[in-house]
Amino acid sequence: MTGRIHSFQSLGTVDGPGVRCVVFMQGCPLRCICCHNPDTWNFQAGETVDTDTLLKKILRFRSYFGENGGVTVSGGEPLMQAPFLAELFCKLKNAGINTCLDTSGCVLNSDVESVLDFTDIVLLDHKYSNEEDYFKFTKAHLNDVERFLSELEKRNIPTWLRRVIIPDKNDGENSVQLLCDTAKRFSCVKKIELLPFRNFCEEKYNALGIEFPLKNTKTPSKEKMELLSSLIPQKYR
Amino acid sequence: MKFEQWNGFIEGDWQDGVDVRDFIDKNYTPYTGDGSFLKGATERTKKALNELERLKKLEQERGGVLSVDTSTVSSLCNYKPGYLTDEDIIVGLQTDEPLKRGVNPFGGIRMARSACEAYGYKLSDKIEEYFTYRTTHNDGVFRVYTDEMKAARHCALLTGLPDAYGRGRIIGDYRRVALYGIDYLIKQKENDKKKVGENYMDVENIRLLEELYQQITFLGLLKKMALSYGYDISKPASTAKEAIQWTYFAYLAANKEQNGAAMSFGRTSTFFDVYIERDLKNGILDETGAQELIDDLVLKLRCARHLRTPEYNELFGGDPMWITESIGGMNLNHKTLVTKSSFRILNTLYNLGPAPEPNLTVLWSHALPKEFKKFCAKVSCDTDAIQYENDDLMRTRFGDDYAIACCVSAMKVGKQMQFFGARTNLAKLLLLALNGGVDNMFGTRIGPQMEPMNDGILDYSKVMERFNIYLSWLCKLYVNTMNCIHYMHDKYAYEKTQMALHDTDVSRKMAFGVAGLSVITDSLSAIKYAKVKPICDENGIIVDFETVGDFPKYGNDDDRVDEIAQDMLVRVHNELKKTPAYRGAKHSLSALTITSNVMYGKKTGATPDGRKKGEPFAPGANPMHNREHNGALASLNSVSKLPYSTTSDGISNTFSIIPDALGKTDAERVDNLVSILDGYFLNNAHHINVNVMNRETLLDAYDHPEKYPNLTIRVSGYAVNFCKLSREQQREVIMRTFHTVM
Repeated sequence: MTGRIHSFQSLGTVDGPGVRCVVFMQGCPLRCICCHNPDTWNFQAGETVDTDTLLKKILRFRSYFGENGGVTVSGGEPLMQAPFLAELFCKLKNAGINTCLDTSGCVLNSDVESVLDFTDIVLLDHKYSNEEDYFKFTKAHLNDVERFLSELEKRNIPTWLRRVIIPDKNDGENSVQLLCDTAKRFSCVKKIELLPFRNFCEEKYNALGIEFPLKNTKTPSKEKMELLSSLIPQKYR
Repeated sequence: MKFEQWNGFIEGDWQDGVDVRDFIDKNYTPYTGDGSFLKGATERTKKALNELERLKKLEQERGGVLSVDTSTVSSLCNYKPGYLTDEDIIVGLQTDEPLKRGVNPFGGIRMARSACEAYGYKLSDKIEEYFTYRTTHNDGVFRVYTDEMKAARHCALLTGLPDAYGRGRIIGDYRRVALYGIDYLIKQKENDKKKVGENYMDVENIRLLEELYQQITFLGLLKKMALSYGYDISKPASTAKEAIQWTYFAYLAANKEQNGAAMSFGRTSTFFDVYIERDLKNGILDETGAQELIDDLVLKLRCARHLRTPEYNELFGGDPMWITESIGGMNLNHKTLVTKSSFRILNTLYNLGPAPEPNLTVLWSHALPKEFKKFCAKVSCDTDAIQYENDDLMRTRFGDDYAIACCVSAMKVGKQMQFFGARTNLAKLLLLALNGGVDNMFGTRIGPQMEPMNDGILDYSKVMERFNIYLSWLCKLYVNTMNCIHYMHDKYAYEKTQMALHDTDVSRKMAFGVAGLSVITDSLSAIKYAKVKPICDENGIIVDFETVGDFPKYGNDDDRVDEIAQDMLVRVHNELKKTPAYRGAKHSLSALTITSNVMYGKKTGATPDGRKKGEPFAPGANPMHNREHNGALASLNSVSKLPYSTTSDGISNTFSIIPDALGKTDAERVDNLVSILDGYFLNNAHHINVNVMNRETLLDAYDHPEKYPNLTIRVSGYAVNFCKLSREQQREVIMRTFHTVM
């Protein structure tokens, strides 16, 4: 089966545990204002690749994975190509490689369930804690994320909640508190990661002729990030 | 045989003849714990460090040379004893004052003269006159160089040849002096000499007899030199302090006698550890004292200097000495050779701050203790001062008592020596072949003369056919040139001290090298997979190329192009082997450039891969800058495919990554770096320099050097103080690929 990928990064160390290859899938239904990969939105762009070719490529890096590393599939929204992903993850699991899914959690259907059958870890990008903001800033629904989390809970798949902290959008202490509350409702959540919004994707937007909605927004200060991180209970750090 | 200094050591073969390896094997204590036992610098160490820092600053202010003794020829006993401070624990300097440089004209008087003049000094008339009566290595070589050799040298097809200074890359087994004492070593050499004397007197044996005579003389001088510092080293060392001192004296003597390009220290830390453990057990030393000994040794090593010309610095930037110390590894029984002293020597980078020398080299094995791996990775993240080489790869070829000469070149300590051969420029050779024997930068006609291939789009198989003719021609010329150089070096600048600390029956290799590997690889890939059309000047000489279409590039784990690089190394090695090397040496090959990749690029025209005329090459075996599109591991994979079997003199790779791309926390970064090193070496890669830093740091240091007096970075097989590089070399380092986060 073939899928569309945006790019392949052989060394990833910030998307899941250990040293990982990261596959960026092409195409995303969300339109997050903070998106730093607008070039992954278009479903028609990217490069077509079949699972065997991709598997072969990934296997060349297995010596680097060590005890914790493996493969992370990110995007784009990888679950928009769930059948492809299910086949890839199945093959990776057969090869004994750890699989990690980096998703918004906005899609759930039988194909996605097949993906989850072969998923070791989920990085769930939990963008906002209330439906109004969630829709306003992503054009998707928080309910879907809740539903996805419930599915992960049912399957007991270790999950990291991740949130990009954007000044004036979700950088209040209350916002982080709500995220922690969400975590507490699901025992599958093992870790919470707060990532500072970064502004260096403006060039990408310019190249695509798209207005970058946050072009005047600054990266949150180190102090701010430390303060917010301190609100996260120890067991999620 | 027995010495009272050996009390407490486990007996073995090492007592019946020189066998340091057996001594270590029987007596060392492996350590699998972490670095928490380590101690910081003592007040005395800090004072000594301050003094060295003060002198280094002064040296920098004076244009890179603090002072020169222009009226003494450097040798073992020609200077009065020198000290860094009046509280030195390990004593001995090359001249009578710290950082003062001596002159060593045995390699070539012209080089000594112009080096003095470059820094505003004048070589004394006395030395000038003396050397009118004496043949130098350089005189000898130029008496026999053919016109073709001179032409290849002139147009920089062969560059960095050791024909005007000490060839270096020879590692004396300096430990022998500590373990056995000078008198025993002299006795052994006298026995050897007697035995050789029983043979038929052919050229080989007569030469060896004279060399043994010189070795014995210089062992005597070494003893005398030590005596001038108040130490009698005729007997073995009896304490850790003495073991370090005796060993250092031997190294110092070699450094006074020879101005070799690379003067490695060997593999000493686990050897010293045996003495340190004994002293700790006997209660005459504690951890603070043990660390202080190692710290002071390293301070003395950091004082080492040779006087070089600006042209030399252009090739080997940053005033390097390559005082390479090999650390760790496993032994042949799968037991780790890591000891507490392996940690102690790395700890000097904390106690004394990061610095390029000594060139600390970790021999990495998958089986190294986990805590040691993590400690090394932490040192890399914190200091950017160490390099790694694949012990699992080297141990099968060199046993478990080898050390690294220069940057990446393994040799059995005291049993193997090498004839250093600099390198040839493969990218230039390709251009020469395409132009049918005309160098398009110098206009030199050299090699087989043919029609230039300037008629339309280049055909890969025809280009390869042509290239092979030129490669074959060049390799013969290269070996012959090297033979001349090393015959003359043996004759006029023989390494008496260092060879006295080798077995008399030594094995030799001739270490050839290539530069521009990634440039020729990508260029051939362009010719094969894209359309490359030569562009000529008015005389029909190809001066540029028009390359249309994409082509696979080395550094992306793409076999289509990586195979070209692999094949190239095999091809070069096979061609070299066709011409016998001087003194029965075995031909070996390296992909290592030091900083000469900048100079090589400067002297090479535009290439089919899109590199412009004069642009720097990538260093060593590195992919060309910023042509890696699949991330860091893909780049590492490409390099790891290069065959160590044909390139056993070393395959150098310099890897720079920004801290954020290695992990979010310090602990993650350490673990991830360990995984990367494990993976890289499991793939049979040979060497890696690791820099964990942001490009912005280098940019800031480029503009404000005063803010970064000790900024150390790994370049190509060695570490260098960034601020000591030329502006050009600095720019090239900044241009290199820094692996980042997407």
